[in-house]
Amino acid sequence: MLTDKMAKRTMTRSLAALALAALLAGGCASTGNPKDPLEGFNRAMFAFNDDLDKIVIKPAAKGYAAVVPELVQHGVHNFFANIGDIFIAVNDALQGKVPDAINDVGRVLVNTTLGVLGLRDVATELGVEKHEEDFGQTLGAWGVGEGAYIVLPFFGSRTIRDSFGLALDLHFDPVSNMNPIPDRNTLIVTRVLSDRTQLFAAEKILDEAALDRYSYVRNAYLQRRRNQVFDGNPPRHRDEDE
Amino acid sequence: MILKSVVLLLFTCVAALVQAQTPDTAPDVMVKTIANEVLQIIRSDKDLQAGNNKKVVELIEAKVLPHFNFMRMTQLAVGRDWRSATPAQQKQLADEFHTLLVRTYAKALTEYKNQTIEFKPFKMNAADSDVKVRSQVVQSGGKPIPLDYYLEKLATGWKVYDIEVDGISLVVNYRESFAAEVRAGGIDGLIKSLQGKNRSGAGGEKK
Repeated sequence: MLTDKMAKRTMTRSLAALALAALLAGGCASTGNPKDPLEGFNRAMFAFNDDLDKIVIKPAAKGYAAVVPELVQHGVHNFFANIGDIFIAVNDALQGKVPDAINDVGRVLVNTTLGVLGLRDVATELGVEKHEEDFGQTLGAWGVGEGAYIVLPFFGSRTIRDSFGLALDLHFDPVSNMNPIPDRNTLIVTRVLSDRTQLFAAEKILDEAALDRYSYVRNAYLQRRRNQVFDGNPPRHRDEDE
Repeated sequence: MILKSVVLLLFTCVAALVQAQTPDTAPDVMVKTIANEVLQIIRSDKDLQAGNNKKVVELIEAKVLPHFNFMRMTQLAVGRDWRSATPAQQKQLADEFHTLLVRTYAKALTEYKNQTIEFKPFKMNAADSDVKVRSQVVQSGGKPIPLDYYLEKLATGWKVYDIEVDGISLVVNYRESFAAEVRAGGIDGLIKSLQGKNRSGAGGEKK
């Protein structure tokens, strides 16, 4: 347990250190996005994550999808989504979105009981919509600027702000905080595989769409996060270069 | 998650547009009709279900594309550099971009044929010539993904000039990589990259 706490602290710390290191690393060759002064470093990390995915995570997720019956896969997905709703509610509250917070606490209650420990998303079936919040968005809502774009090992696209948000997300994550450790590890691996299966279709389309996958993913990430922080109504600037 | 949004972005376009309506058709009605029609065709056709790429491309060309303003989309994607392109280059750019998008949509449609799309209430003033039609893709165990269509009114009716999936604009998302291509090889360099991408074969892997 002690070691677990220490491991977590180390992880949080190394994430922060990484963000700082990236900040200090300075810029290399770039596509000229002012949000991405670390493009050289980021592209290398993007390639690293890609390789890691190709060699380890994607094959494992394919195995998971092949072996586990679809119904069970849905259950697993819903189970983790339900756990996620707990801190989504907390982040709603931190941003002062009380109705959303009530909505999301309601989702957890309904799905944990009627949905049998979250295996079934009864709340959505009843029309109680899921939200998506995290500490990075909360920091954004509080006015913290996003800072430079950075590609973290394993976790992928973030901004400096969202890297700190991620550290908080992980710190409070009920799964990462679980005991005993072997069960925790099983759950973490299962969650990674389950999440990865959700991306099979998307990656095929990404490959079809992108001229440069790196910048396509970067722009999509930045646009999407901006949209989330503004809860779907960001100031528009599509025409600025017309 | 983000990949998923990117994908949906594409998919939905498809969902967007079908069959020439009269120029007076309200934009939301137009988008809704087309989305439903395309999804229905895909769900009821075995070849399309199986991912017959050529057939999906034909379906998109016939039903969806007449409702897109490709010149405007390309112009928005190219951004600042559009003005330095000759009319001939502009046409080439729009043609290549068109091919790229169609191929991507075809992929997205076959991957996402079983999603449910809900439209949100729509209101506009009679004088509006630029509107946003909102919809969302519903999924179990996940937040519904917003899918918004931007339309402008032309003499030939309402035309879509951008689509946003979960806040990710299709055209804006291309702007930086297009600009980088132009910086490296001029407008012709960008055209060449697009041609290369389009020639890499249907269903081709990255690059």
